[in-house]
Amino acid sequence: MKNQEPRSISSCAACKFLKRKCTPNCQFAPYFRADEPKKFAKVHKVFGASNVSKILNEVPENQREDTVNSLVYEAEVRLCDPVYGCIGAIASLQHKMVELQHDLILAQARLACYVENQPSYLDDNINIIAPNTDFQEPSNGLVESLNYNSMPFDQFSQFQFP
Amino acid sequence: MNSTRCAACKHLRRRCPSTCIFSPYFPPNNPPRFQYVHKIYGASNVGKILKDLPENYRAEAANSLYYEAYCRIKDPVYGCVGIITILHQQIHNVQCQLAGIQAEIAALSTQSQNEDNQNQQTEIAPTLIEQNGVPNYTSFYDISTWFD
Repeated sequence: MKNQEPRSISSCAACKFLKRKCTPNCQFAPYFRADEPKKFAKVHKVFGASNVSKILNEVPENQREDTVNSLVYEAEVRLCDPVYGCIGAIASLQHKMVELQHDLILAQARLACYVENQPSYLDDNINIIAPNTDFQEPSNGLVESLNYNSMPFDQFSQFQFP
Repeated sequence: MNSTRCAACKHLRRRCPSTCIFSPYFPPNNPPRFQYVHKIYGASNVGKILKDLPENYRAEAANSLYYEAYCRIKDPVYGCVGIITILHQQIHNVQCQLAGIQAEIAALSTQSQNEDNQNQQTEIAPTLIEQNGVPNYTSFYDISTWFD
C-alpha cells in the first residue's frame, strides 16, 4: 500500500501565494495564516520569500512572530512610501521630538518664572506651603539613548519631513 | 559598459553595463552598502524598487533602503521598527511631562488671578482729606491711581 504523507488541512498564505505544497513543517505557516493573504504578499514584494526565510532562521523561535510583524510593518510602509519607507517615519518622529523638547524647555522656563514670583502661602496651621519646584529637566539622552552614533542617520537631516 | 564595475555588479559577479540601475547608487568604493541591501531585500527587489521610481528619487530611495537594511542586520527581530517604537514611547513621555508642567502653570496662573481679584475687592478705609472743611472720600476702587 502506498504510504501517504499527512496532508495539512489547508495551505498557509505563503504556500498558496508560492503555489506549492504546504508541509507540516512549513516555516511560514505559523505566521502567515491562510486568511491573511495580503500579509505575505506584502513581505514577498519587498523582501522576497527566500530572504524572509533566512531572516527567520537567524532569530530564536520565540522571537519569530515579532520578527514577522516588524517585517510586515516595514513592507507596508515601504509600499506606501517607496522612497523613504520607515526612515521617513523615523525622521518625522525625530522632528516631532525636537519640537516637543523645545516646548518643554519653554514651559519649564515659564513655570520657573511663576515660582519665583509666587509668595509663600500659609495653611490652616500657619505652616508655609511652598509651590512644587520639583520639575524634571528635559532628558538630554532622549535621542542619544538610541545610540545614533552607530547609525548613519545624519544624512537624513536635509530631508523634508513627510 | 562601465570601465569600473559598480559594487552591485562586483558582488553579483557580472558585467556592469552603462545602463546599470545600481551603479549611480552603489559605488565600487563602498561594498558593504550593496551587501547589506542585497542580504535583506535581494538585488532583484532593489532593482525593481529603483526602476519604479522617477530618477530624481532613486538616490534617496537607495539611501533609505541601505539604512533599513543596516538596522535589520543589527536587529534582526525589530529592525528600524524598534527605533520607531522607542521614539513613540519617548514622545509620549515628553508629552506627559509637558502636560504636567502646563497644568502647574495653569494652577499657578489661576491662583495669581484670584489673588489679584481679592486685592481689588478688599475695602480699605477711604482716606478722609479735608478740603475747604468738606471731607473728601477717595475711593480705592479706582485702580488707575494706584500706580501714580
